[in-house]
Amino acid sequence: MARPQNPSVFQRVEAMPIITVFVLLLVLFMYLSPEVFLRPYQYTTFLSMLPPIVLIAVGLTFIIGAGEIDLCFPAIIGFSGFVFAFIFQAGPQALVAGLGLSAESWWASPGAAELIRWTALPAALLAGTFCGFINGVLVAKIGIPSFIATLGTQFFWYGMATVLSGGRSYALRGAEESSVWAVLVGRPFASSSIDWVTQIPIQAFWTLIIVVVMWFILNRHRFGEHALFIGDSNAVARVVGIDVDREKIKLFTLMGFLAAIAAVFLTLENKNYFGNQGQGYLLICIASVLIGGTSIFGGRATIIGTVFGAFIIAMVEPGLVAAGLTGAWVNTARGLIFLIAIVFYLYVDEPQRRSAFFTRLVGNRAFGR
Amino acid sequence: MPESALKPAAGRAEFESIVRLENVQKYFGAVQALRDVNLRIGRNEIVGLIGDNGAGKSTLIKVMTGVMPPSSGRIFVRDREIDLSDYSVRMAHDLSIETVYQDRSLADKQPLWRNFFVGRQITNRFGFINIKEEKRIADQILKGAIGFRSSGITVDSTVANLSGGERQGIAIGRAMHYDADLIILDEPTVALAVAEVRKVLDFVRRIKESGRACIYIEHNLAHVHEVADRLVILDRGHVVSEIKPKDMSVIELTEYLISIQHKT
Repeated sequence: MARPQNPSVFQRVEAMPIITVFVLLLVLFMYLSPEVFLRPYQYTTFLSMLPPIVLIAVGLTFIIGAGEIDLCFPAIIGFSGFVFAFIFQAGPQALVAGLGLSAESWWASPGAAELIRWTALPAALLAGTFCGFINGVLVAKIGIPSFIATLGTQFFWYGMATVLSGGRSYALRGAEESSVWAVLVGRPFASSSIDWVTQIPIQAFWTLIIVVVMWFILNRHRFGEHALFIGDSNAVARVVGIDVDREKIKLFTLMGFLAAIAAVFLTLENKNYFGNQGQGYLLICIASVLIGGTSIFGGRATIIGTVFGAFIIAMVEPGLVAAGLTGAWVNTARGLIFLIAIVFYLYVDEPQRRSAFFTRLVGNRAFGR
Repeated sequence: MPESALKPAAGRAEFESIVRLENVQKYFGAVQALRDVNLRIGRNEIVGLIGDNGAGKSTLIKVMTGVMPPSSGRIFVRDREIDLSDYSVRMAHDLSIETVYQDRSLADKQPLWRNFFVGRQITNRFGFINIKEEKRIADQILKGAIGFRSSGITVDSTVANLSGGERQGIAIGRAMHYDADLIILDEPTVALAVAEVRKVLDFVRRIKESGRACIYIEHNLAHVHEVADRLVILDRGHVVSEIKPKDMSVIELTEYLISIQHKT
């Protein structure tokens, strides 16, 4: 039996293959379109655009690592985004009108309005967490395969958001005057004398902190270990004493929570809620996770890989467009990168499946089947 | 093999049998899987549990380890009766009973050190794992109790890189580390090459040397005959006889089992 000798750099550093690919792509794009990729503005745009994708992809890393899938998160972005936008925009007046308070009362003051706007954050997080919890219960307790369960809840929560919003979108006019905006998606260095520094968005920092915490939870915490063992084998996880059902509920709840944070960032950054927001994220986020090197079969997951996977997926669009191709090529290229990555990981990281594949190939020829 | 690494289960001499079953019955609907089972496992013996497919071996083990409750009967652990209404796998662990399933004991893609501690991690109070400490102890178990000294296996090896016999060794070593007084092995030599079977049988002997008890479920009569102190033969949910291996050769044993099959 072949033994692993001294592990190479590729095995020692987490997500090394995908970091290499990222660097190569970046160098390629810098070479092809230096006017875009050698100037800082492209990167500050990334920083404001990427946080929702990264947050969701990090949550999905846990879910896929545990051998499950979540298709519901786009709807959570929609539903949580609606809850947030509604309270943020309509909440202050609705409260005053609903309670029949006079315009002179404290509740009609700007300070009170600000307070109500702040409650939009916990409300949106609670809504998303609740959606995730429901997914977890459907999968773990009722036993519906996660693919089907979350497909169903995706329809349900999108529908719910449409019903409650009456199909309207909410423009958050003047949102940047609120302290909620400043704290969550503001530009902390707006007074800097360097132009691109003024454009660095604060949500990039919040996202970085969350990603670091999630890395520690996946790699150093009991919960992350349980998720990976569940992904490896439900039967083994049960035998070693993991409460599989409870951990799965926690996993989906965490996913809902992270999707809700993404929803808040997205809605505030766009200063707009619209009914089908989040819909474009489904494949982008799943692709980020799998390109990053998390196993499609569960049991192995990498947060760092996921983050770089998201970078690559996001970089393709400006990269191709700046190089002179039309936007129509973007998804073609993403799909291609996605498939190449899957085949690569299958080949490198799943020796049993690889040999099974070759046995099939050779066997078919040998037996003329 | 240093004696210290064996972690003898000393100081627990105050009981006579580690597990005792009295008149245990188990029904699945109208089917009776276990019939009047009376069985006693001593403190330091290897009991081979044999019988044909469907004889009730797995059911018996599941009842004994809290996976499922018996329909009626009494179970004693260390001579004390168990309240069957709250007997569970976790409780069996707490009572120092460990089961090593043939293919469900280790997670393939995880490193050995995680496999040793999963479910009982060494953590701080926020639940973060003390990786250094876990690796240190895992290394001790690996080199000491299991005796993988020079085969290139480290605590960072993933289970998928191990041979079948080595996997059984890891699972048995883990059970011994947790001071199991009774280790139940569920067909540990299925699908193993001859040299690997040797290793597993050595691990089984080591269980006894360290002062523990072992129930060894096996299809292959030669393997179980070689290491067991006592053979318990199950047929259609009933204990039909108990045999000392020294009283009967493997061939006689085989003949005997076939004769049971033909009796109705």
